[in-house]
Amino acid sequence: MSLLEVEDLTVHFKIRRGLTRKSIDTVHAADEVSFSLERGTTLALVGESGSGKTTVAHAILGLNKPQKGSIVFAGRDLLALSRGTQRTARRGMQVVFQDPYSSLNPRMTVHDLVAEPLRVGSEISGDALRERVVELLEMVGLGTQHLWRRPHEFSGGQCQRIAIARALALSPDLMVLDEPTSALDVSVQARILTLLHRLQIELTLSYLFIAHDLAVVESVASAVAVMYLGKIVESGPTATIFEDPRHPYTLALLASVPSPDPDRRSAGAALSGDVPSAIDPPSGCRFHPRCKFRMDVCDQEIPPLEDRDGRRIACHLPRDFDLSAEQEAARAARSTAVVEDRQRSRARPRGDETPVPKMPRRW
Amino acid sequence: MEFRSLRGVVKALNGVYLTVHEREIVGLVGESGCGKTVTGYSVLGLLPKPQAQVTSGRILFKGDDLLAKPQQEMRALKGKVISMVFQDPLASLNPVFTVGEQISRVVRVHHDLEKKAALEAVRTALQATGLPPTDALLKSYPHQLSGGMRQRVCMAMAISCGAGLLVADEPTTALDVTIQMQILKLLLRLRDELGVSQILITHNVGVAAQTCDRIAVMYAGNVVEEGPTADVLKRPRHPYTLALIECLPQGKSAEQLKTIPGAVPDLIDPPAGCRFHERCAHVRDICRDTMPTPFEVARDHWTACHWVQEKSGRGVGVTTGHEPGVGAAGVPFNRDPGIEHTAGGGPATGESGDDIRRE
Repeated sequence: MSLLEVEDLTVHFKIRRGLTRKSIDTVHAADEVSFSLERGTTLALVGESGSGKTTVAHAILGLNKPQKGSIVFAGRDLLALSRGTQRTARRGMQVVFQDPYSSLNPRMTVHDLVAEPLRVGSEISGDALRERVVELLEMVGLGTQHLWRRPHEFSGGQCQRIAIARALALSPDLMVLDEPTSALDVSVQARILTLLHRLQIELTLSYLFIAHDLAVVESVASAVAVMYLGKIVESGPTATIFEDPRHPYTLALLASVPSPDPDRRSAGAALSGDVPSAIDPPSGCRFHPRCKFRMDVCDQEIPPLEDRDGRRIACHLPRDFDLSAEQEAARAARSTAVVEDRQRSRARPRGDETPVPKMPRRW
Repeated sequence: MEFRSLRGVVKALNGVYLTVHEREIVGLVGESGCGKTVTGYSVLGLLPKPQAQVTSGRILFKGDDLLAKPQQEMRALKGKVISMVFQDPLASLNPVFTVGEQISRVVRVHHDLEKKAALEAVRTALQATGLPPTDALLKSYPHQLSGGMRQRVCMAMAISCGAGLLVADEPTTALDVTIQMQILKLLLRLRDELGVSQILITHNVGVAAQTCDRIAVMYAGNVVEEGPTADVLKRPRHPYTLALIECLPQGKSAEQLKTIPGAVPDLIDPPAGCRFHERCAHVRDICRDTMPTPFEVARDHWTACHWVQEKSGRGVGVTTGHEPGVGAAGVPFNRDPGIEHTAGGGPATGESGDDIRRE
């Protein structure tokens, strides 16, 4: 059974104005979003700003109130539970946010930051607590020398490690990673991604990975769900989605990634125009105003998310529609910066990551 | 270039050599704190005066040294001949003026034009950036526009007086990928159709690869490698450039990702010798005390690295055989290969050379 199953999740925000707080508009932040996450794997939610990926994550974490749908986590439907039971049920999920500086209290020491969830959510105290904190810090590559420092003394990458240590404190099953590397430089990003990957194997963690950087997603995720204006347009195994994208939006998104290979310059912008407002989303398929292959039916009927060719896709285009040119452009954008020189093999930088110590699952 | 700060003097730039030819986009690539933006700002003289000190070097624009120019003359140049686009378009536009008002102000400061004529120039500039030059757009305020449109407005403002050099500081970092690609294509169009030379400051190697004719890789205030885009990215010589490229997640699984050991040095007390030596896999004794000078590894492809120099059989620490002031293609180079930087000795010698020769 999947660890997390989201079915038909719909989150709307009402815009209220005036003295009576009358609702004047509704933001359709997420509409009928469905996906599932298997234990020990990574599902990436991908999309541009305003696509609803963070809204979905917040709904799972209980940070907003969904209009309808179900969130089944470890066999229990969170939305059907009372607030108190929801709290205990959610102890198995933790979150790491995008900006490490604003998610760590600047007035707390690293020890207090990492110990806080343990004080609140577990019975351990005293020496055992201290030991556990050090253990957690060592898991993310920090040490005792960092215990009594405060967040401002650390670099962005180190702060993100502290945030990860704090999230691991109560040994969660699910980690929601909301753009965990977007604020970091590439060399630091690579180290955090390597760390997350190691932790996942060591602790059998499941990740819900929210990102807009498709190159990052391809390297970390086992499955991908592409969102556009609050709806999932295409989802499936990472290899399927990246090798053989079928939804016009997925194709355009992939083709828009600037490839570090100077020989593969993209011919033109894959998409024109901007993402429309989620207050009054386009009728029918929400992507139709920007879609190259728009048909008559597209602005009238909402395409259902259906299983097809090893994925789920919501598009009116017929199955045999020829997308080979677009797929070629999408593949070209994914090509890597190939270092051709023979020195490549010799010029590898030394690995520096402190190995994550093996540790018992429970203590 | 140095900054005076409470903790000490930050040696922000140390030996930056950069040449931008006409109709050329040069990418400044590097991680946060490596001095990309400081380089861009110093070209326009935008750094705060008492704190920021240029200790040595020249910035040549069409043969004139910008650093030696009086403020008045610089002011006439800024926005007219050399202009800039910043990362956050919402922060760089004035929220209380309409698009038409703010761009026409720039035009009227630099050209003696009537309001109406200035508005015509504004329309032309907007059209060049792919925006509809309608009255509705001219009368709208920045908050009413989307992120991509705001950035286009900033670019229209930058080129409205016919700038020859545009310094674009992370112009797409705040934008979504589909919009980013639109803006990158616009930069290329400005180069091809209007002949605008550009310095594109970016941390994204992909952005540079897609747009730039040449790339300069910066690390801790130095340009460590510079050359044609394809050469630098496909045949990187400097260990840092190679490590940076190998950090990119493109097409790699999480196990295959490479990392760079250590952290970026503190520029108040930078390491002696090559600033990358503490993190370099090929560190030699000489790297610890002697600053490498740039030498030409391939045609028009420069790097500052003792290891590469040793490997190419030219001996370590010996400056290369090229004639001072003459580059590979026979064009004059404003490099100074004769200076040896030694540990702790003397002030940091910084040169920010930027010259556009042919008019």
